[in-house]
Amino acid sequence: MSSLERSDVARLAALARIDMTDADLDRLSGQLAVIVDAVAKVAEVAGEDVPATSHPIPMANIHREDVVRPSFAQDDALAAAPEAEDGRFRVPQILGEEA
Amino acid sequence: MTTMTYEQAMEEFDPVFGIEVHVELNTKTKMFCGCANEFGAEPNTQVCPVCLGLPGAMPVTNQKAVESAIRLGLALGCSIRESSRFARKNYFYPDLSKDYQISQYDEPTCYEGSLDVVLDDGTVVTVAIERAHMEEDAGKNTHVGGSGGIQGADYSLVDYNRGGVPLVEIVTKPVTGMGDRTAEVARAYVATIRDIVRALGISDGRMEQGSVRADVNLSLRPKAVAGESQDDVPFGKRSETKNVNSLRAIERAVHFEAARQASLLLAGQPVVQETRHWHEDTSSTTPGRSKEEAEDYRYFPEPDLLPVQPSREWVEELRGTIPEHPAKMRARLREEWGFSDLEMRDVVAADALVLIADTVAAGATPQAARKWWMGELSRVANDREVALAELPVTPGAIAELQGLVDEGKINDKLARQALEGVLAGEGSPAEVVASRGLEVVSDDSALEKAVDEALAAQPDVLAKIQDGKVQAAGAIVGAVMKATRGQADAGRVREIILQRAGVEG
Amino acid sequence: MTDWTRKTAAQMADALAAGEVTSVELVQAHLDRIAAVDGTVESNSVHAFLHIDAEGALEAARAVDADRAAGVELPRLAGVPIGIKDVLVTKGLPTTAGSRILEGWIPPYDATVTRRVREARMPILGKTNMDEFAMGSSTEHSGYGPTRNPWDLDRIPGGSGGGSAAALAAFEAPLTIGSDTGGSIRQPASVTATVGVKPTYGGVSRFGAIALASSLDQLGPCGRTVLDTALLHEVMGGHDEMDATSLNEPVPAVVEAALEGAQMDLTGVKVGVVRELSGADGGYQAGVTQRFEESLDKLRAMGAEVVEVSCPSFEYALAAYYVILPSEASSNLAKFDSVRFGKRVEKATVEKTMLATRAEGFGDEVKRRIILGTYALSAGYYDAYYGSAQKVRTLVQRDFDAAFEQCDVLVSPTTPTTPFKIGERIDDPLAMYLNDIATIPANLAGIPGMSLPSGLAPEDGLPVGFQILAPAHEDARLYRIGAALEASLTAEWGGPLSAQAPELEVAE
Repeated sequence: MSSLERSDVARLAALARIDMTDADLDRLSGQLAVIVDAVAKVAEVAGEDVPATSHPIPMANIHREDVVRPSFAQDDALAAAPEAEDGRFRVPQILGEEA
Repeated sequence: MTTMTYEQAMEEFDPVFGIEVHVELNTKTKMFCGCANEFGAEPNTQVCPVCLGLPGAMPVTNQKAVESAIRLGLALGCSIRESSRFARKNYFYPDLSKDYQISQYDEPTCYEGSLDVVLDDGTVVTVAIERAHMEEDAGKNTHVGGSGGIQGADYSLVDYNRGGVPLVEIVTKPVTGMGDRTAEVARAYVATIRDIVRALGISDGRMEQGSVRADVNLSLRPKAVAGESQDDVPFGKRSETKNVNSLRAIERAVHFEAARQASLLLAGQPVVQETRHWHEDTSSTTPGRSKEEAEDYRYFPEPDLLPVQPSREWVEELRGTIPEHPAKMRARLREEWGFSDLEMRDVVAADALVLIADTVAAGATPQAARKWWMGELSRVANDREVALAELPVTPGAIAELQGLVDEGKINDKLARQALEGVLAGEGSPAEVVASRGLEVVSDDSALEKAVDEALAAQPDVLAKIQDGKVQAAGAIVGAVMKATRGQADAGRVREIILQRAGVEG
Repeated sequence: MTDWTRKTAAQMADALAAGEVTSVELVQAHLDRIAAVDGTVESNSVHAFLHIDAEGALEAARAVDADRAAGVELPRLAGVPIGIKDVLVTKGLPTTAGSRILEGWIPPYDATVTRRVREARMPILGKTNMDEFAMGSSTEHSGYGPTRNPWDLDRIPGGSGGGSAAALAAFEAPLTIGSDTGGSIRQPASVTATVGVKPTYGGVSRFGAIALASSLDQLGPCGRTVLDTALLHEVMGGHDEMDATSLNEPVPAVVEAALEGAQMDLTGVKVGVVRELSGADGGYQAGVTQRFEESLDKLRAMGAEVVEVSCPSFEYALAAYYVILPSEASSNLAKFDSVRFGKRVEKATVEKTMLATRAEGFGDEVKRRIILGTYALSAGYYDAYYGSAQKVRTLVQRDFDAAFEQCDVLVSPTTPTTPFKIGERIDDPLAMYLNDIATIPANLAGIPGMSLPSGLAPEDGLPVGFQILAPAHEDARLYRIGAALEASLTAEWGGPLSAQAPELEVAE
């Protein structure tokens, strides 16, 4: 497995919605490449015959009854909103890049 | 570039389509929290830490939604996986509170089914189903400024009431070989899904409210040349038209996309694999947001939820609750009820089939049930601009109303008044008849009194009758009916008049 | 005059019940102690707390005192103050998970464990410092400045729950709550000479705990003694329908086990030393190994049989952990998007706003792990990374299963070294990750683990921790063995190790 490139980090940062300056990329890319190389060893022992474990304690069918529980009052729902209007959360334009 | 018609496109190319239908379940609560699942509440009043995506919140699956998804899968002929699980689909969007959607990915609950779709001329087409999986809906963005659309808006407002509402997404396998009937098949497929979810009672199936939404994939490929099998011709690049939300629009979207793609191909231009938006007003599609690269959703098993492992017994129990295929049920009922093709088509178009069936089950004759639902009730529904099923009257009440007519307690005119009372919320038909005093007067002493009074008021008429001009009795009958506000049995009144006059009728 | 902050939680509870002290007095004593030693980032003091709720704690204390005076029956720990790691949401109290992106957020709801603490009538002193979103082993990655180790203020208190551990070691609180994803309860306990337990996965509800890695995270109790920790464990534990992964079974009888262990009889108990975690292959500080060996002798002296077991796939545990954790974290931390709560750096479009907010709101370690996780889950890499790591998890579980066939508990030093100096490993993530080498396997397998003090390393006089691991659901074994070892060591030391901590400079 080849190491992580600077351009990979830039692409992943965009996918994860984290703005990165050139300085950020310089600082983080090298460290990340080292870490990626170190953790790549997981593939060494992961044979076809080994099942994957998603949950440490195996359980299944944990469901809840279809019974209504109280919701927040609108004011409480919006209390921490950076910006709100008309009972809704306000955000800057969504597709501004193409407007 | 020449603009092709749909028909021309179908002559030149072999179409392949696929449809993803999202069905909103009508559970009382959301998929992963106890907030109410109801349309139309004040914004952000059906939200909690879970569906608002607050730090620390955790989802718990709604048992009823799982049951509805399995029943839908069974109705679509799917296999039910012994162990299925949820997965996170990761992408950032303001209406997606957690910035990931809980869905199912590599282990959907229902898979590999097939659905018979009956076209208008009776042709049956079998559509292969790839999967039906559970997921949660997103919230709703409202765009402010500009034209009100997303393009050019100044800013947007988000309401998470719909966020977390349970959905089942049904995905077809590619449907090939339909030629110029592609649009018709696509439409009939979605109509059948809608009928099935209604018959199952798991969704209101209302496309106009978004309870059933469709994304239509379409591609064209060259027709096979002589000696070549069409199956060996590779698929073309497809477009995915999102949110096509009426049956008519599905047909039109297929028409538009087929014509658009054929025009491009014939002009030697490539079809771009992309998402497209449907525009109801112009019956056309436009490209969605161009993406530099394919969206990478980074699916992985949802660690906060455990596998769904329905027991065989439970699945079989649910299988027992699956109603008949709507098309087969229609054919059977048409036969049983003795309706003409035209009558049946009107009933189906008016969404009255289930209502009539329930009315018949409650004791009315099919003809009487059809008369009420397609006549008076359709008129009222039309006036009120609501669906028949939304009228505040049950099939049981209609059967009861007809029963009162059949027993002679009320006549047709009174029955319409009684129905008016029922629709006004005054109670059951019998209660309205009693409270409004609508019952036909059949008490002879009351009628005799009314006849005597009418005869006394018009002595000349009595003389005419006794002279043998029996038809003159009509004037007395009219007076009696007026005096009893129409509640008298006219035949009986006539008999009493003739008795009093000493003539035999 | 009694210095109540030096007492154990059990002693405080008994004194409250006997009417020897009031809850208000206890709370005030701890608030005074916090005021005296906790200081600020600038003052280079302990800085265990991010937020102190003096009024709320005193109000809760007054209510307990009034009820007690009125003869109302109260829970065992009613009136005993507590500190809560800032990873747990507390209605009405600021909650940041150590991140600037949540600065000023007041949650509109309580975590299940917060609710249980309130129902147990324990006054909440405040919220303790932590590495941002629990990512770290030193509390240096807190967005609000590091916590310092009361044993040596130039050294790290461990992490991510450095605040919860340091508060105990500095006598700022008798009990605290932690969260353990790869050792964040046990490793800080180890380096501060306190006790910390990671229960069986699902033993304590995670509802309201700000998620780091959902399949690894577990909340747990922290105290200065095994019994105190057990008392808090029973307050926190138990089934919760709001957490689908919550175990639907009674809380293990850990208090009873701690009392039994204090009898110092381990006859018939088989203790396994995990070769791969014992430093047998080198890399462990000499004093750490020495204290570990001495503790094994104590266990033998109490009748336990000590055997060596091998868990060969543990070699891959660290790598698997640093794939699974960042993957799940990259998804869990997506919700910090500036839309509904928390920080917003406003830009022209929502996408640019999200990019800028997350760039400014998250620290470097969080960014590193989010990008690592995004990579491990991305198309084309999932199988090699996340998929493989899930398989390693299976292998680690199998190793544990085999080991527990041979013995009742497994033991190891909790950390390879005593606490290092602040700043020493901050620029070397891999070196930092090695702190958790012995604690991570338990999280991968979901089994319970405890760290308790085993002495001070002769070469530097700093705390060394002893780790005990038990099979899933067998949390009580930790407390029995732990209490026995604690009793044996305390007898030798002539009192709890915590009493040997240097006196902290007291602010005016």
